Amino acid sequence: MNTNGARRLDVAAIRKDFPILESGIAYLDSANTSQRPRQVTGAMMDYFEHFNSNIHRAAYHIAEVATERYEGTREKVRAFINAASTKEIIYTRGTTEAINLVAYSWGRKNVRPGDLIVVTILDHHSNIVPWQILAAANGAHIEYVDIDERGELRQDQFRELLEHSPRLVAFGQVSNALGTINPAREMVAAAKAAGSTVLVDGAQGAPHQGVDVQALGCDFYAFSGHKMLGPTGAGILYARRELLEAMDPFQSGGDMIKTVRIEGTTYHDLPWKFEAGTQAIGEVIGLGAAVDYLDALGMDAVRAHEREITEYAYEALSDIEGLTLYGPPPSRRSGVVSFSLDGIHPHDLATIADRDQVCLRAGHHCAMPLMTRLGVAATARASFYVYTQKDEVDRLVGSIKEAQRIFK
Amino acid sequence: MSASTAADDQFYREYILDHYKNPRNYGRLDHPDITHEEDNPLCGDVVGMDFQIRDGVIADIRFHGRGCAISQASASLLTERLKGIALDDAKKIDKNDVLGELGIQISPARIKCALLPLKVLKVGAYGLASDDEDEE
Repeated sequence: MNTNGARRLDVAAIRKDFPILESGIAYLDSANTSQRPRQVTGAMMDYFEHFNSNIHRAAYHIAEVATERYEGTREKVRAFINAASTKEIIYTRGTTEAINLVAYSWGRKNVRPGDLIVVTILDHHSNIVPWQILAAANGAHIEYVDIDERGELRQDQFRELLEHSPRLVAFGQVSNALGTINPAREMVAAAKAAGSTVLVDGAQGAPHQGVDVQALGCDFYAFSGHKMLGPTGAGILYARRELLEAMDPFQSGGDMIKTVRIEGTTYHDLPWKFEAGTQAIGEVIGLGAAVDYLDALGMDAVRAHEREITEYAYEALSDIEGLTLYGPPPSRRSGVVSFSLDGIHPHDLATIADRDQVCLRAGHHCAMPLMTRLGVAATARASFYVYTQKDEVDRLVGSIKEAQRIFK
Repeated sequence: MSASTAADDQFYREYILDHYKNPRNYGRLDHPDITHEEDNPLCGDVVGMDFQIRDGVIADIRFHGRGCAISQASASLLTERLKGIALDDAKKIDKNDVLGELGIQISPARIKCALLPLKVLKVGAYGLASDDEDEE
C-alpha cells in the first residue's frame, strides 16, 4: 500500500477511467454504490470472454486461469487490509452476507441466554438486524451506543456498557449516514480488554481510508466490493483464523466439503469451508482489479482527496440559509454530507437535482434507528469518492438553490 | 435526458406546490367514523385521513401527515374529490384517477408517494368495521 501521504490524486485522469461520467452526471452517491473503472469491468469481461469456466475442479487450461485469477484476488485483498493469511479472507456477496455469516456461524454457537450484544445507533441495518435475529434466537439482549449532538458515539456510554462484559461488540468504522469516523482502534482495544469478540463493519471504511486489520485488532471485519470501485455481488469477511477454525459452516453444499459420505461429511480447509456452491467468479476477479486500482492511487491520497472535497462541500452547504447539516465537522468525517432543507422534503430535492443530472440520495440510508434518533424521517445525502470534483459540489449547490426557489 | 427534463419541469407545477403549501381539508375530525393512517417507511411520508360518513356519503374529511410535495399534494387533491361523494363511489377510485388528477408524469421512484393517500382511502374505506376503533 502506498504510504506517500503527500501524493495527490489526478482526478482528471481518474475520471477518464469511468465511462459513465461521460454522460455528464454529477454522481454524488458513492456511499450507496461506487462507479467502476474500465480496469474493473475489463478484468471481468476478460474472464467472461476468454476464461469463463468453473474454478477449483476442471483440469483444462481456461479453468486453471480462472482459478488463478479468482484466488489471486484473495492475496490482493489480504495485502490491502494487511491480514496475516489468505485463509482469513472469505468471499461473500457483500457486507450484509459477511455479517450474516458471523451472526449465524459464530453467533449461534457462542452467544448464550442473558448475553449482551453491543451495537451502535450509527449502524446501518446490515449491522443491526442480524444481531436482533441472533439475540431473539439465543436469548441475548442488545444495547445501542448513543451519539452526542455532533453525531459522534458517546464513548462514556460505550465504556459503561463494556463493564457488563458484552459477548459481542459490533460497530461501523465509518457511518454511512453521517460520515462519522469512529475511533475504531480505541474502541476495539477497549472491547477486547473487556473480553468481547469484536466485529467492525468496514463497508464505509475500507473503500475510503483502508484498514490494517492486525493493527485494528478486531476479530471480524466486513466490507463490500461495490462500494470500492468493484462490482456488486463480491465482498469480504475477514476473520481471525482461530475463530474461523472453530466456527461451523454458514451455507453448505458443493466446494466447501472435503469428503461427503452417507455417514457424514468433512469440511474443506479455510477459507473454502465458508464458500459453498459456485461463486461469483467474474465479480471476485473484478474486486481484485478494484483493489489494484486503489492500491495504485494509494489510500492516503484517496482519503486526502475526499477530505478536501468534503471540507469544500461542508463550507458551501453551511452558507445556505435554511439548510441543516448533520454529523461531525469535516475533519472528523468521511466523504459524506447529510443535510435537510426547511420546507423541502429530501425526495423533492433529489427529484429537482436529478433534473440537473445530480445524483443525490434521499431517504433513511438504511439507518432508520439513527433517523429516529435525529428526529427526522429522511435526509438528503451527498457522498464522494476518487472521481468527485469540486464543480460537482457546485452543481449540488445550484440544485439546492433551484429547489429553494421553486418551493419559496 | 430531454424527456425526463420536460417531465421534471412539470413535476412542481404551480398547483401541486399550491396544494403542498396550502393543503385543503387539512387537520383532524373530532369524531370520525373512519380514521386510518399509512406511511412509506422508505422516505418517511405519512398520510392519515379522518372520514365522517352520513347515509353512505363522505360528509366530511380531513387529512394529516408529513412528507414530500407529491404525497401531500396528492392527499389534498384526493380529499377535494372525496368530499360529498358516496363511499361506494370512493372505493372505485383507482390509481389512474389519482395520477390523472395530479396531471404530471411521476417517475417509478416517486409513484409510492403519489399513491400513498389512495392506500389510506382503500384500507380505511374497506376497514370501516369497528376494527379501526379497536386499533385506536
